[in-house]
Amino acid sequence: MTPSNSDAARSSSEGTSGNQADPRLLEALRQGDEDAFTALIEQYQPALVRLATVFVGSRAVAEEVAQETWLAVLQGIDRFEGRSSVKTWIFSILGNRARTRGQRESRSVSFSALASSELTSDEPAVEPERFRPVDDQWAGGWVSFPRSWEDLPEDRLVSRETMSHVRAAIAGLPPSQREVMTLRDVEGWASDEVCNVLGISETNQRVLLHRARSKVRRALEVYFATQ
Amino acid sequence: MASSHELSCQELVELVTDYLEKTLSPEDRARFERHLSVCPGCVTYLEQIRQTSALAGRISEESIPPEAEENLLRAFRDWKSRPRE
Repeated sequence: MTPSNSDAARSSSEGTSGNQADPRLLEALRQGDEDAFTALIEQYQPALVRLATVFVGSRAVAEEVAQETWLAVLQGIDRFEGRSSVKTWIFSILGNRARTRGQRESRSVSFSALASSELTSDEPAVEPERFRPVDDQWAGGWVSFPRSWEDLPEDRLVSRETMSHVRAAIAGLPPSQREVMTLRDVEGWASDEVCNVLGISETNQRVLLHRARSKVRRALEVYFATQ
Repeated sequence: MASSHELSCQELVELVTDYLEKTLSPEDRARFERHLSVCPGCVTYLEQIRQTSALAGRISEESIPPEAEENLLRAFRDWKSRPRE
């Protein structure tokens, strides 16, 4: 049984191994297969709009940029040589469109500049007060161990309320930390894909992810302590 | 970090992402794992970071609004019916 072309669209979104589905997806699109296109837009449209919003500021403008991106994808599909994955290609078109639009509307901040501005200060993953001070015999050790979440009943750990706290914590992150954690952890992108699309170095991406996860962990710790 | 120095908990928590990303040097990774083997607090912390990442993965992405999808499909059909060379 051969997988359908909409499966090809879906699997091309899952990390770099999805490249294998790309040739079939591209062929389907070139043949005008509507199911393949539908699966593609369902897979990527929310992420395109979300990412464009970071560049252009308004969701309405971001939706226009996403629309332009899909048109550019269709117009370019016959010429696309497959040197990058379909996903990377779509998102790099988005990046270009969003930057152009952002400049036109005087919001010309590149993602890497945004990221750099968030990376100027030091941010410990855990507040220093949680560790014994320098002059202590056990300097740098936990004052008290974090309380394990294993003790929580399983249904508490993955409850709707927990998920809303996770969502809120991510939404409350500074923009570049939010975007990196969303792409990596929420959407499962590989590290190199994130770096390519956002135009940031591996190191910066790691620091942003580190800070994001530390903050979200802390928010969950506070929430679980109330349970 | 001095190469002969063992990690403190405060240092370890700064390295968890590098550890999970597998970007620590072999020496740092060995120090990291040595510390974990004697520190239940840091074992818990690492697990919490893993769980945080996993919980984020359970967030379902919002779906495309129907009107947006219809617009794009219309664009697709227009493109599909274009004259070909």
